Formats: sequence, structure tokens, C-alpha cells
Amino acid sequence: MPEVLGPVGGRQSGERTVRGVSASPDVVIIGAGMVGAACASYAARAGLTVTVVDRGPIVAGSTGAGEGNILVSDKEPGPELELALLSQRLWTELGEELDPASFELEPKGGLVVAETLDGLRSLYDLAIVQGARGVRTMAVDAESLPHYEPHLAPDLAGGVHYPQDLQVQPMLAAACLLRDARAHGAQVRTGVEVTGARRDSNGRLAALLTNVGPIPTESVVNATGTWGGEVSARLGAPVPVLPRRGFVLVTEPLPRLIRHKVYAAEYVANVASSEEGLETSAVVEGTDSGTVLIGASRERVGFDRTLSVPVLQRLAAQATRLFPMLASVSAIRAYRGFRPYCPDHLPVIGADPRVPGVYHACGHEGAGIGLSAATGHLIAAALAGKEPEIAVSAFSPLRFVEEAA
Amino acid sequence: MSTFWFDGHEVPFRPGATIGAALLASGIRSWRTTRGQGRPRGVFCGIGVCFDCLATVDGRPNQRACLTPARDGMDVRSQEGTGHGEFAG
Amino acid sequence: MASSPVDVCVVGAGPAGLTAAVAAATAGRTVALVDAGARPGGQFWRHSPAGIEADRALHHDFVKYRQLETGLARFVQTGQIRLLTRHQVWTIERGARFTVRALKAGEYERTVDAAALVLAPGAYDRQVPLPGWELPGVYTAGGAQALLKEHGVLVGARVLVAGTGPFLLSVAAGLAQRGARVVGVYEANTGLGWLHHRSLRAVVRNFGKLSEGIHYAGTFARHRVWYHPRSTIVAAHGDTEVRAATVARLTRHGAVVPGSERRIEVDAIAVGWGFTPQLELPVALGTRTEVDADGSEIVLVGDWQQSSTPGVFVAGEATGVGGAALARVEGEIAGYAAAWYVNVDHESASFHPRSRRAERRLSWLRKRRLTLRAFAAAMHRAHPVPPSWLDQLQPDTLVCRCEEVSVERLRTAADDLGVTDARLAKLLTRTGMGWCQGRVCGYATACLVARFAGTGYDPRGLTERPLAVPVPLGVLAHGAAPAVPADESWRGE
Ligand SMILES: Cc1cc2nc3c(=O)[nH]c(=O)nc-3n(C[C@H](O)[C@H](O)[C@H](O)COP(=O)(O)OP(=O)(O)OC[C@H]3O[C@@H](n4cnc5c(N)ncnc54)[C@H](O)[C@@H]3O)c2cc1C
Ligand SMILES: Cc1cc2nc3c(=O)[nH]c(=O)nc-3n(C[C@H](O)[C@H](O)[C@H](O)COP(=O)(O)OP(=O)(O)OC[C@H]3O[C@@H](n4cnc5c(N)ncnc54)[C@H](O)[C@@H]3O)c2cc1C
Ligand code: FES
Repeated sequence: MPEVLGPVGGRQSGERTVRGVSASPDVVIIGAGMVGAACASYAARAGLTVTVVDRGPIVAGSTGAGEGNILVSDKEPGPELELALLSQRLWTELGEELDPASFELEPKGGLVVAETLDGLRSLYDLAIVQGARGVRTMAVDAESLPHYEPHLAPDLAGGVHYPQDLQVQPMLAAACLLRDARAHGAQVRTGVEVTGARRDSNGRLAALLTNVGPIPTESVVNATGTWGGEVSARLGAPVPVLPRRGFVLVTEPLPRLIRHKVYAAEYVANVASSEEGLETSAVVEGTDSGTVLIGASRERVGFDRTLSVPVLQRLAAQATRLFPMLASVSAIRAYRGFRPYCPDHLPVIGADPRVPGVYHACGHEGAGIGLSAATGHLIAAALAGKEPEIAVSAFSPLRFVEEAA
Repeated sequence: MSTFWFDGHEVPFRPGATIGAALLASGIRSWRTTRGQGRPRGVFCGIGVCFDCLATVDGRPNQRACLTPARDGMDVRSQEGTGHGEFAG
Repeated sequence: MASSPVDVCVVGAGPAGLTAAVAAATAGRTVALVDAGARPGGQFWRHSPAGIEADRALHHDFVKYRQLETGLARFVQTGQIRLLTRHQVWTIERGARFTVRALKAGEYERTVDAAALVLAPGAYDRQVPLPGWELPGVYTAGGAQALLKEHGVLVGARVLVAGTGPFLLSVAAGLAQRGARVVGVYEANTGLGWLHHRSLRAVVRNFGKLSEGIHYAGTFARHRVWYHPRSTIVAAHGDTEVRAATVARLTRHGAVVPGSERRIEVDAIAVGWGFTPQLELPVALGTRTEVDADGSEIVLVGDWQQSSTPGVFVAGEATGVGGAALARVEGEIAGYAAAWYVNVDHESASFHPRSRRAERRLSWLRKRRLTLRAFAAAMHRAHPVPPSWLDQLQPDTLVCRCEEVSVERLRTAADDLGVTDARLAKLLTRTGMGWCQGRVCGYATACLVARFAGTGYDPRGLTERPLAVPVPLGVLAHGAAPAVPADESWRGE
């Protein structure tokens, strides 16, 4: 049962406010997923009074239904790669400050492999342009692959090693950052659903409307992931965020057999693609607990939660193609999540001039865990009126408005 | 009476017996250690629900002894941790 | 490998499923009956391979089983029922029809295409953690019973039986009859107290429970088994296997009476706190569920045993733990309902819904179901899990046996990380994430989270298991074209 707080007490205007929420926080962050947690932590550290609200318990959304890779390897040069590089640095810092073991932060590195020489050539091409942007890459030929991953199929063409790729346990990471935010004075209120916003006569945000009463505040961060579209509309500043379903297969616990995050070259193409239909590519990684996680599929089927056997079959086939020894290993669990995607596959980060006081931090698609640290950092800077560390215009909420116009 | 091998010892079984039942009937109560604390485990639920009774059967690790029928000459082994020791390295 | 389509696929061949399959076949439908076990009968009718006759003493309702077995054999002979034993269903797909996917001995997959489903997956023993419960030699009460009934294996020479519910009596009596020294039956509630309850007496008399009780009393007296109402086990002791147990008396509110603890030497313990319905298949098909009087999540069904998902009928323990007699009644109704749901010409069948025979039979079944459900509800009220176990836990007592998650870990997650429900506990502590997928620790996790976080008890959130059983990736990868041995017959083994 989420912790539902009843409305109590009267305010000057005769309004009722929400018990347990400080009378008028500097900022209310909507969504207690990975992105909301990172925003809360950075904002609270910056000295703002922060309240996080979520309609469910914490980690109720995609953060509890995905994986925890923090990748630079799968990003083509552009604004998202810059965001990823910043995030990579910030995650390393967070690990040092908060104890990396508390959320299983592991600098495991990524290994992208190609089945054919053609595939390998395009991998190398990508690595070269990524390298120019500061991504560390290492070409790996077929003979050297076993040094990285002894259990890989013997007939692969080669690959690229990305030492900067990290991994976290995303649910723990979100919970730890929320705890960190609380340690810096933030409040976390679960069971509070945002239903709308009230503006003052100048059109500025004045209060957030919720199922348990209004919360007066001047700033609000929409960190509701896949529900960001719906919530942004309720706030009067709509941005287009839609679900892209993904399944993950979880194996029985194994000894440490797979050391890196290993994925097939087509993954990069699928991440960037806008196909409606099903796309799958092998993504295989070991975890601290011994299980191996197998992804990744992408489909646009709304919020349909039914298990898709054909998808699982393809994931299993692709994973056993990369690691033949997995054929005798059992999957003991499967789950699905919904990546929050925008039409141009970039997240929405920053102030929305249409409703002064509204900020967005959503639509991170398949990279919300990785990109959350940088997103939180940028949002905290924006709230405090500081210069952003990297250029943010590509993430502007207005880009969709302009397109439509 | 038919027998199977358990860690190199012969274990007799009645026709239709599961590996778990035969081991218990021979006074063997645990055949696996956990991967965290290395604690011994054997049959608990007896009906395939708890997965405590895992054993390596004819080279396949993590088979539920309480469900797997015993067969003559079968090679049953106790196992440690994940049961996949042979992969390590 | 796909097999020729059937009208009705019944999953589970316990009292509920077996009855359902025979009923659906009686109503003229083709049926596939799929069960993980080596033989039909479920958890109730277990018998040694030598045959049920040999173990007659351990079985009530022997005649009922014989009738069903004969019915089944006849329909299997004519090919109207296809019996698939040793097949574990890992998932069911829903389209215009249903595709039931089963693993044969974990080695390959076989699919059954059906127009309607009867799900009768039964239940397993409900457990709560206690210090030492992970020691070899501690068994679930049902496990001890199954080993005895099916394999003639005694779990120990000095056995303590503990928990709650009338099932403990049957376990203790069986053990004593077969020569174990039962050092006591520790029933946390007032035990046979319900026999004195006037409104129940009639019900009880109707269904032979009273005579069962008297039968046990006789057995206990002959074997000098002491029955201790309002008493419980608080810990199991031993180094690498169980050597002793501590028992204690309970107050009326289910707390341990201080100073009443007593240590007893044993070499085995059988514990049971009622049963937990096996819900993953119905839940994966989207059926609505609710929380029953005993705290278990169950599938909500209507008058025809229909679930909220069209074409999916559910019977037996999955709709509320109520015992084998209720399971049979529900199974029969579900079998007819599924048969009639399949849209073929009723009127030509000898047993169609509007026939006098069917009407009479159904009205009798419904009446009986009502009484048996009332009886089950009364039993749930008379046998709650007392809160004492929560107070007896040590910081290092394991909650999740698979992932070895301790009580302390759960408490910290609640205090520190904001865990407020069972699902979150799973995501942040790994309780329920191991091989058994929370089947054993689910109930306890929900209770502990409620206590530590100060939230309400809610068992849901841990019953979602899209893979009902582990599936080898190699088998999954083969997809729709697995290597099924050509000589595999439809008839099971
Ligand atoms: C299969 C899969 C694999 C993935 N793998 C990775 C990976 O390896 N690396 C990576 O970086 N990313 C990965 N992702 C993507 C990642 O999971 C998401 O991008 C990320 O979790 C988004 O986090 P979030 O905080 O924005 O949203 P969420 O975690 O979804 O949180 C949003 C929160 O908002 C709340 N909310 C919604 N509406 C309201 C309302 N009206 N009022 C109050 N609260 C509301 C919800 O309850 C929820 O808790 C994966 C995703 C999937 C599906
Ligand atoms: C271990 C144990 C022992 C018991 N012993 C007794 C006893 O001696 N006396 C008594 O009165 N009550 C006993 N019970 C209580 C029992 O729950 C009921 O009395 C009765 O058996 C319920 O009938 P059912 O048809 O609903 O379920 P069950 O008899 O449990 O039958 C369910 C069947 O479904 C099958 N099944 C479940 N999931 C799948 C799947 N995914 N794929 C394929 N098959 C599946 C199972 O193998 C099982 O055979 C016992 C319970 C347990 C757990
Ligand atoms: S004893 Fe529980 S699965 Fe075998």
C-alpha cells in the first residue's frame, strides 16, 4: 500500500495543503524513478527545499522494469553522446560519494561484437567518430575476443571494447539517490498523483494539484518517464512521450561467466531506429547477483503488458548465438518495461517557457538510468539559475512545438 | 533392486521413486550448498516448488531431485553454489 | 511440437482438474489434460507406483478416485482425453484460441491448442520463516505427507509436527501409523475447537470431517501422540541438520507465553501454515484476483467458475483453499462450463446445458459448493497464522531461502531505502528473486514489509511470474520447432 497522506489544516487562502509536505517547497519533483531521484539529489544538494511526489511507491515505473547500463558505446556523436559523457563522469563521482557497492556500481566496460566483417567495419567507423568526441575505444580482433569474453561463440568477426561503460542496479540506484536527497532535506511522498497545475495571473505556476490536495510551489519538474506526455498535458505544457516496450529474460544464478556488457552490432541501429514493428538484438550482461540479463527488444504496442513468446524466443536465440553455453542455462524470470520515447529519440530536459515554473526531465527512452545523473545535474543548475555544463538546446521542450508550427 | 550413483556411492531405489525420495530413504538429507553462505540443503517442499533440492543429474546441474525420477545407473552429484562450477575459469 | 487442436485444455490433474477433464469429456468435448506430475491425482491422490490399493489406509475418498480414474481411462482409450503427464506448463498464450506451452521434463516443448481452458493448478504449503527453518530435516507438512504417501519415505524417526490447520492431523497420523515417533502436534490455534462450534457441527457431520477427527483421535491414542493446541514451534536447532526444536505455548492473541519455551530432541520437523494457491498461470492470463479470508491471493470466479478472462475457467485451490472435496465440485462445474463455452452444437450432445440431467446435477453441485465454501471460510477463521512468528525472528533469520535474504536486510530496506510494499522489497533486497520466484517467501515478505514499513498487508506484487517454470534458453530458442522425439505418444508415460 502506498503511503497516502490526507489533506489537513487550512491555509490563508482557505485552501488545504498536503500533510507531510513542507508548506511551499522550492521545487516539487513528480516521479520517484531514476530521473526524479537524480533531480532530487542534485537539487537538494544545491540547497533547494525539495519534495518528491509519486502516485505509486518509489521506483514504480520503468526504473523497476529495465536494466542498469550506463553506456557511451551505443551513442552516435551528437547531443545525446555529450549528455552520456557528462553522466558517465557524474556516476563515477556519485559512486565515490555514496559507496559504489550500495547500488552495485561496476565499471565493467562494454564489448560490442560483430558477426560479419561488414558489421565490424561499421563498428570501427562508429568507434572512430566516437573517439573524436572523447569516447575511449579499443578495437578487438577475432583472436582477442576470448581474452575479453572466454565464452563467446568462436566464429565472430571481432568487436570494440568501451572501457567507460558502467553498470548499476537501477532500483537500488534510485532508492539510494532518494535517500541521499532525504539526507539533504528533501521529502519523498508516495501515493500522491498529480492531476493538474494552477497558475497565477501572470501565467506562472502557483500550485500543483494532486489527489490529496494542492501543493503550493513555484517550480515543478516533470520526471514521470513514460507518463511524461500525460503529466505534461496536465501541467498545461504538453510534450510527446510514448511507450516502447522491451522484454528482459533473467537466467538462473551463474558464476561470473560474462564480464562485460556484451551486445551485437545491430543494437546501435535498433536503438536509433523509428520502426513500429518488433526489433531485437542480443544484449547480454552478468549482474552482481549472478543472474544474466538478456535483452533487448523494442516494439510500439502501447502499454500492452502481455508476455510475447515470439519476442522471448528471439531473445533466447540471439543470446545463445553469442554465448552458446547459455543454451543449457534456464531463464527463471521474464519481465517487460516501457521505455519513454520522444519522436526524435532525445529526452526533454529543461524549462518550458509556455508555463513558467514547469521543467521537464523525461523521455530518456532506453537510456534513462544512464542519462539520469546528467539530467539531474542540468535540472538543478536550471533551477538555481546557473549555466548548464553542456549545450541543452537539443533537449528543449519547444522543439516539438516548432515542428508542429 | 535398481540403483543409481550418488557422488560415487550406489543408492538403491524402488521403481517409480524420485531421486530425492531415494536419497532420503538412504539417510542422505542434503546434497547441495547455497551460493551465499555455503549452507547445506535438501528436500523441503517435496513437490517441486522450493528448488532447495537441486542436484546435478547426468551432468545437468540444478535438477529438482524431488521431481526427477530415479533411473538405473544414473549419475547424481551433490552441487555447490550455482551448480555451474565447471563453467568457472 | 504442436498437436491437433482440442476443445478444452485442463491444466492440473489434481481432484479439480481430473474432475473437470472427465466432465468436459462427458459433455462431448475433446480434452487435453496436462500435469507436471508423473501420474494424475495431484497433491491429494498420491500413491506409490505399486498402486493405490497398497496405500489404501492413507487415503480417504478412495472410491471417488477410482471412479474418476475409470472415467479418465475410458476417455483416454477413445482418444477423447489426451493425457500429458510430466509436462509443466510454462506459459499460455491468448489469441482467438489458447496456446498452452508445456515443457516435457525440462527437455523440449510441446504446445496444445485449445478453445477454452480450465486451470486447476492447486496450491503449495504456506510457510513462515523461523530461526533454523532452512536446516535439512525441516520439511513442509505437505512435503512430509507426499514423501510418505507416494514413496513410503518417513522423513524422520522422531518427528515434530507444527503449524496450524486440520491437515497437520492427517500428516501426524500418517507418520505415526508408518512407525515414526511423533513427538507432538503443535497446533497454534485451538485446534479441534471448531468441532464444538454449533453451526459447523452440521457441516462437519455432512462431510465426514467429524469421523475423520475421531479417526485421528484413535490413531493418536494408539501411538501416544500428544496434541498441543495453542502451541507452536519457535525455532529449529542444529548445525548441518536439525537436531532439536523449541516449542512454546501461545496466548489467546497468538503471542508466545513467556517462560513456556521447551526444547525437544527431534530428527525431523514438518511445518505447515495452510496453503498458498499457485496463481502464476491465471495471473498471466489477466484474471482478476482478490485476497481471501486466509490472506492468500486467489482468482475471482463467477457461478460457472469463470474468471474475468473470457474462456478461462478456474477450479480448486486457486479460487480459494478449500480442500479436495470442494476442488472436485468446482472442477466438475468448470468442466461443464468450459465444454459449453466452446461453441459447438449443444443440443446434439447427450449432456447439454438444458437437459434435465445437467440441470439437476448443476443445482446439486452449486448447493454443495456453497456449503463447502462456508466450511472453508470457517476453517480459515479458526486457523489464522498467529503473529508469534514475527516476534521470534532473529536478525539473521532467512526470509528468502533461495537468495539468502535475512530479516535484517528487509528491515533496513524498509527503514532506509523506503520499501513500502512486497514488490519493492523484491526489487531492492532480492527477496523472492531466486529459483522459487517468491513462492516460499511471498507471504512472509508481505507480512514483514507491512510490519516494518507500517503499511497494510498485501500479498499481491509477488504472484506475477510470467515464466511459470524455468525454461532452458536452448529450448526457448528453438521456438516453435523443438526437437521432439518422434516416438513420444500422447498418452503420457
Ligand atoms: C527493457 C528495458 C531495458 C532498459 N535498459 C536500460 C539500460 O540498460 N540503461 C538505461 O539507462 N536505461 C534503460 N532502460 C530505460 C530506463 O529504464 C528508463 O529510461 C528510465 O527508467 C526512466 O526513468 P524515469 O525516472 O524517467 O521514469 P520512471 O522510472 O518510469 O518513473 C516515473 C515515475 O512517475 C510516476 N508518475 C507517473 N504519473 C504520475 C502522476 N500523474 N503523478 C505522480 N507520479 C506519477 C510513476 O509512478 C513512476 O514512478 C530500459 C528500459 C526498458 C524497458
Ligand atoms: C504437498 C501437499 C500435500 C497435500 N496432501 C494432502 C492430503 O494428503 N490430504 C488432503 O486432504 N489434502 C492434501 N493437500 C491439500 C490439497 O491442496 C488439496 O486437498 C487438493 O489436492 C486440492 O486439489 P486441486 O485439484 O485444487 O490441486 P492439486 O491436487 O494441488 O493439483 C494441482 C495439480 O496441478 C499441477 N500443476 C500446477 N501447476 C502446473 C503447471 N504449471 N504445469 C503443469 N501442471 C501443473 C500439479 O502438478 C498438480 O498435480 C496437500 C497439499 C500439498 C501442497
Ligand atoms: S524439495 Fe522443493 S523443489 Fe524439491
